[in-house]
Order: sequence, then C-alpha cells, then structure tokens
Amino acid sequence: MPEKILDLSLLQSALAYSFILLLLFIVRKRQLGREGEILNASIRMTVQLILAGYALTFIFANPHWIITIVYLLIMQIFAIRNSIQRIKLPVTRNFRMILGLSLFVGTGITLIFFLFFVIRVDPWYAPRYCIPIAGMIVGNAMTGVSLAANNLLQNMETRRNEVETSLMLGAKPTDAIKPLGDQAFETAIMPSIQAMMGMGLVSLPGMMTGQILSGTFPLTAIKYQIAIVLANTGGVTLSVILMLKYASKTFFNKEEQLS
Amino acid sequence: MYQISDLKYKNILNIKELFIPTDKVVGIIGESGCGKTTLLRMLNKMLSPDTGEILLNDKLLSNLDSVQLRRKVVMLPQSPALLGKNIGECMLRGLQLAEKALISEDEMLTYLKIVGLTQSLQDDVLNMSGGEKLRLALARVLSLEPEILLLDEPTASLDRETENIIFQKVIELSKKSQQGIIMVTHSLKLAESVCDEIINMSGGGNHA
Repeated sequence: MPEKILDLSLLQSALAYSFILLLLFIVRKRQLGREGEILNASIRMTVQLILAGYALTFIFANPHWIITIVYLLIMQIFAIRNSIQRIKLPVTRNFRMILGLSLFVGTGITLIFFLFFVIRVDPWYAPRYCIPIAGMIVGNAMTGVSLAANNLLQNMETRRNEVETSLMLGAKPTDAIKPLGDQAFETAIMPSIQAMMGMGLVSLPGMMTGQILSGTFPLTAIKYQIAIVLANTGGVTLSVILMLKYASKTFFNKEEQLS
Repeated sequence: MYQISDLKYKNILNIKELFIPTDKVVGIIGESGCGKTTLLRMLNKMLSPDTGEILLNDKLLSNLDSVQLRRKVVMLPQSPALLGKNIGECMLRGLQLAEKALISEDEMLTYLKIVGLTQSLQDDVLNMSGGEKLRLALARVLSLEPEILLLDEPTASLDRETENIIFQKVIELSKKSQQGIIMVTHSLKLAESVCDEIINMSGGGNHA
C-alpha cells in the first residue's frame, strides 16, 4: 500500500539502498564500467515508483475510464520505448514500428480478454484492477519482445548463411527464416515457462505477496495469481508471435532477397 | 538462354551484352573479385542489378516470381549451410523448402553415390570434412532436379582426383536429364575439361 511505502523512515530507506551500494562496489572493483547505468536505473526506479504511487492514489480516488485509458497508453508508450532501447543491434524504422505495434496489440488483446472474460470486473476500467494487471502483462510482454527481437537480430548475423542457402534452394522467405524465428520465440517464452515451474514452490509472486500482506485470504490471492500468470504468458506469446511474424519480413525486399 | 544487356551493379559488374546458354555446361572463369559470383547470384534473383536487363528464355527476370524461379534455377553457394543434423535430414530439408515431393532413402543414397559419399543417412554431418559437406550440398541440389544448376566454385574444397570423378558423374546426370549447368570456377583446367563453353570475366566484368 502506498501509505506503508511512505511510512518507511529515512534510515530504513537508506538501509535498502545499501544493496545498490554493494552492487556498485563490486562493479567498480571488477572494473565492469556499469556504475553510471546502475545509478541511473536505481534513481529512475525510485522516482518512477514514487510518481506512480502518487498517480495511482489520485486515480484510485477518482476512477474514470478516460484516466485509466490515458494511464494505460502512457504505460504502453514507456514499454515500447524501453523494449526498443533494449535492442542491442541496429534496426530499421520498420522493425521498431512492428515491435511497438506488436507489443501494443498483443498486450491489448490479452488485457481486454482478461478484464472482460476472465475476472469480469465491473466497471471494466476500475483502476484498482485494471492498472496493476495491465502493468504486469505489459511488463512481461516487454521483456519477451526484447528477448525475441535481440535473439532474431543476432541470429540474422550469425545464421544468415542458413537463410541464404534456404532461399537458393527455393524456399519462401517465411520458411527460410522460420528456424531463426522459432529459436527467438523459444528464448522469449522460456522465462515465462520457467517462472510457472517455480511458482508457489520457490517464489511467491509480487501480486500475491501484496494481496496476502494486505490481508487477502491466501486462496483468493492464489486464484488471482494463477489467472495473472496465465495472462502474462498469453501476453508474451501474442506479442512475440506478432512481432516475429511481421518483423521477419523486414529482412527481405520485394524481390524476396535478403536486404 | 540467358540474355544480359547493359547490366551494371555497383563497381563490380558492367556488362554490355552477354549470352549464357542454359542447355549445356557453361564455365564462368576470371580472377577473384571480377564479379563471377555476383553474376551467378543475379541469375536466380538472389541479387538484382542496379540497371540493365536479364532475360531467361525471352522473359524478363524482374517479372518472374523469385521463389518459383529459384525452384527451377537452383544455386549451390561456395559455403552452403547444411540445414540438418544428419545426412538424411539435410537431403530432405532441400525438398521440403522447395515444396517438392520427398524421395525415398534409396533415391537419396543414389544421389549421394553420384557425389562419392558412402556414409549412412543417419551419420552426423559434424563428423564430415569440408569437402564431404560440399558434396552433400551438391547431392541435395541434384535431388531437386532443377532445370538449371548454378554452381559457385563447386570444387573449392575438393582434391583434383575427387573433383574429376565427381564432375564427370554430375555432368553425365545433368546431360541425361537435359539440365543446364552454369559454373563459376577459378580453375581453368576444370572448366576446360568439363565445360562445353567458357566465359571469361577477367577485366572487371566488362563484356561487349
């Protein structure tokens, strides 16, 4: 709950940041040169979460469909930006656009299905449900899409010869690139599958922990958690499949040659 | 018959006019960097020229569907990917990608025998030498029974004796099935011994 976070004393907060200090110390000692990135990430995380806390407090107190939609759109824009930034290799504008659209459409469909058919929350825009659930679905899909995009791009460098040989044998471009797409899909979906394996035994996911801490009966929390984990997997799958299907085409020109 | 006119590609190719027969064995020779491979890649639309025209049997290549063309004019590159774990898988992969009917194990072994491979279909390709891998890829393109076969330095990893034995057999097969072969090679000796016609690309690919 936001109140509890704000209730943390300065000393308590400082103690939590000692983990970052430890990380910075190790990174510096090993001369990994990532200090700036770590500092930037921890400051961003802090500022973003505080802002989100204030924004959510306001939104929960004044539920309105326009506010919820605007919040979801902002969330999507940041997720798209973040996943594009995570791409390590140079990409075309088309590729970036496809990545963003896939994330938007894939998570959008998943969220609509989840809100209207699975939990059937009324009103659908109830921010207490809609926003955190969307956050989890979009966050997971963002990671999945970035993993898939990086894997596909790397493979297009290292396994280009396979694609080219396939084309020379008379393969359609979609068939020539399919093994690379399959590998990228596997890379993206594996974290979701592994997370499901360990869930309940190794990890109690954040949403469930939050609900239990706030007094929800564990079995109710678990029902929600199961639905959320499945929705996350769905969001990753849909977004990644869309991205791979359309982004794969950007590697070929209209003459079905590798460009 | 390929008819090439006013073809230009970067600073690599500049061909005023060139005819390449497709009913015989044609060798394209020339020093490295003269554009032999680039030209070969253009014949099955793996590359398109910047300007100029290529006609195949009086049809503009640019008007032909690239995938359908590549199923008739199959190219064996210098370092082909094998696309499978074992020999049988590699052979079948070609037919699957070209959406052609799969062949029996006996038929696969016949093609492998033509290129001098006697291993079993289950043998791992990782255990094969560079020359054997190239021969496997050659057997795979033969199994596709294309109308025209484009071979890019097909003997690069083979010793002279193997080169002669294999090429006599490959050419025998292609003549029997009225298949044309266009082969890029640095070896004038090979070209002279197996080709019906030789095109010399030396001098920067300038052809009049």
